Amino acid sequence: MSTLTDPPKEQFQLSMLINDTRYRSLTFQAIAALVLALAIWYLGNNLIQNLRAAGLNISYSFLGDPSGYDINQRLVEYDSQSSHARAAIVGILNTVLVAFLACITATIFGVIAGVLRLSNNWLISKIMAVYVEVFRNIPVLIWIIIIFTIMTAVMPGPREFRGAEPTASMVLDLFAFTNRGVYIPMPWFETGLFASAGMNWVLVLAVLAGSFFVMRKVEQNATKKQEETGIRPNTLFIGLAVWILPIVLLLFVMGLTWEVPELKGFNFKGGIKIGGPLIALWFALSIYTGAFIAENVRAGIQAISKGQTEAAAALGLRPGRIMNLVVLPQALRVIIPPLISNFLNITKNSSLAIAVGYADITATLGGITLNQTGRAIECVLLLMLFYLTASLLISMAMNVYNASVKLKER
Amino acid sequence: MSDKTTNSIAFVAEGTIPESPPPARETGVYKWARENLFSNIPNSILTLVALALIYSVLSNTLPWLLNGIWTTSSLAECREVLDGKVGACFSVLSERWNQLLYGFKYPTEAYWRPNLALVLLLIALAPVLFFDLPRQLLGFTVVYPFIAFWLIWGGSILVPVIAFLGFVAAAVVFQRFGKGSFAAGFFGALVAALVVWKVGGFLIPEGASENAMLSSVPSRDLGGFMLNMMLGVTCVSLSVPLGIALALGRQSSMPLIKWICVIFIEFVRGVPLITLLFVASVMLSYFFPPDATVDLFLRVVIMITLFSAAYIAEVIRGGLAALPTGQYEAADSLGLDYPQAMRLIILPQALKISIPGIVNVAVGLFKDTTLVSVISMFDLVGMIRGPILASTEWNGVYWELLGFAAFLFFIVCYGISQYSQWLERRLATGHR
Repeated sequence: MSTLTDPPKEQFQLSMLINDTRYRSLTFQAIAALVLALAIWYLGNNLIQNLRAAGLNISYSFLGDPSGYDINQRLVEYDSQSSHARAAIVGILNTVLVAFLACITATIFGVIAGVLRLSNNWLISKIMAVYVEVFRNIPVLIWIIIIFTIMTAVMPGPREFRGAEPTASMVLDLFAFTNRGVYIPMPWFETGLFASAGMNWVLVLAVLAGSFFVMRKVEQNATKKQEETGIRPNTLFIGLAVWILPIVLLLFVMGLTWEVPELKGFNFKGGIKIGGPLIALWFALSIYTGAFIAENVRAGIQAISKGQTEAAAALGLRPGRIMNLVVLPQALRVIIPPLISNFLNITKNSSLAIAVGYADITATLGGITLNQTGRAIECVLLLMLFYLTASLLISMAMNVYNASVKLKER
Repeated sequence: MSDKTTNSIAFVAEGTIPESPPPARETGVYKWARENLFSNIPNSILTLVALALIYSVLSNTLPWLLNGIWTTSSLAECREVLDGKVGACFSVLSERWNQLLYGFKYPTEAYWRPNLALVLLLIALAPVLFFDLPRQLLGFTVVYPFIAFWLIWGGSILVPVIAFLGFVAAAVVFQRFGKGSFAAGFFGALVAALVVWKVGGFLIPEGASENAMLSSVPSRDLGGFMLNMMLGVTCVSLSVPLGIALALGRQSSMPLIKWICVIFIEFVRGVPLITLLFVASVMLSYFFPPDATVDLFLRVVIMITLFSAAYIAEVIRGGLAALPTGQYEAADSLGLDYPQAMRLIILPQALKISIPGIVNVAVGLFKDTTLVSVISMFDLVGMIRGPILASTEWNGVYWELLGFAAFLFFIVCYGISQYSQWLERRLATGHR
């Protein structure tokens, strides 16, 4: 009689490390860890030797030293006695400024171009196709340089505004386009409620936010009423009142006036000066990325099946409401993810500021500070850290928004 | 009653009335314009605005373009010839043509070498881009990198030959041992290649590149549009295999390998290319052995390759994710091990899906090669902003030069994206 024997007791053999799938992955990971450690050791060893040979060390104390260079475009107080760290902060704020502005305008350009490309009008749709193809296929660096050249070489100098018969004149007597930058009127308060200008603007923003919340409440009530009775009360006039009255009143009380730029001596004085590099970078990033966004918007709208539009039309909705209530909410889901990556691209491409001398973080920390102190490793590492953090923050914020417009499945 | 066909009844039509043409407003250009340009009032306004826009653009650029001067030798001379009329000074292009294309240091008598390399590149790329061509042409694609290296850099022919022999040895060893175990084949191939290169290194005599058939050209003498093309082609072709490896690593079930790949990909995608170029120009040399001199071109190639590999890895990951799980399970049930399953089942399908995405990355990368001008390499943009605009003859000729650069990039990038669209249509038939 044969008996069932126990399965042979497994004994660990060395060959199982490579032939047994249970252990093989461990073997491979051990090899990978070893290779990684060796690589890090090799590179680190080279680094230490090279640094010793050059008489350098890794230290971030240079950040506290006076920077010794000036920055034209700045959002916070800064002069050549400020520290390198302060220069880096000025750079970070400038990066954030240009990225923020470019994100907004690129979205506007992109949405307009994307919608117009689907227009029934043959000419318009062809023009938009040309716009998209031309701007997508030429490097953004060339666009930045082209617009910078327009700003510096084509715009008239301040002296051409002078004299009895000036060869250049201000637009509407409010805006001055010169080769040193664009001057626009600056609003300020004569009888502000607070001493500092910043607090007055915070107050304006607070009032606007208040209007927004009141308006949302009004809309919610209207929707509730519509659900109860089927008739939507007209909220247009209430809306206008809620939006306009408080802010007009506040601005009147605080005595809003505009400081218009004026030609004094050799240059314009007063108003807000927007430097040529900022405009070049802002505008070039906007039109370049706008072309990509236009394609995303077009793809998003085309991704909505025709049945949706037809069904909405069969329900008796007018074309405008079909777009607002049916097509766009669905198209947004397709458009948002690539839009996020386009915003990331704008932030990263804003580092090209160094090509036109706009003082963003790459130009201050990675440019002048690096060249002055010779701290290449520290500067580049800090630079990368900043961009990594910015990228992560943007994608996090946009992912939250993306989750809120996502299809809610039960 | 018998002859109804005769003209007995006056009001019955005998034959068909000849077709009359449609009303004038329903035919031809008129109808097309009415439907496509003037269908309603807002549309008509848009059309008129667009026409005004086109007119203003053309009326400003056409005289400038058509009145262009091609033969003067400086801007001042060009302005003299134009005599106050509107016109472009295209003579900067004809006079600095070689600088724009090859940089200002590449030896003039050797211009035929990059030209030949470009022609051969088109031949080598043809079988990769168009599947219908005979597969035997791929043989030339394999040897092309070595020919191109020798043509552009010149020097001793032994260098590319030994490099090629190293790859041949690796391929032979892999053929031999790779069938049984992928790992054995892979590491065997690595060792074989290294041995051949090491031994070959001793065979190259000192000073072989001095009296070589093609005079040797150092990397820092490369420039102009040639540099953009070289960086683009080299980095894309190197980053595809690396991208595949990273994508597979990211999908791996081994946590350590997966996390190495994830961190690498996310890190590279989170920083701008320009910071990586800074790494190449100021930081990377700290990480090489103290006595090694790795030239800037190679350092830039390394960084751009790593950069585009991360993006290509994400594209390929999309392709891998798009495959149904059934494909993986089918490969498992056939008893294929991991390398076989990838090579025979998964990757051919995943790569086919991701080709359009890879082409997009390639276009973006080619445009990004202009950034090397920021770290003072003289590519097309660097040449324009540096030596040419700074010269006394051509100081101030912006539009002709920038327009030319934009035109060159547009031609190449638009061509590639049209190819990508053609390929997408072609590949789409497989799914129906």
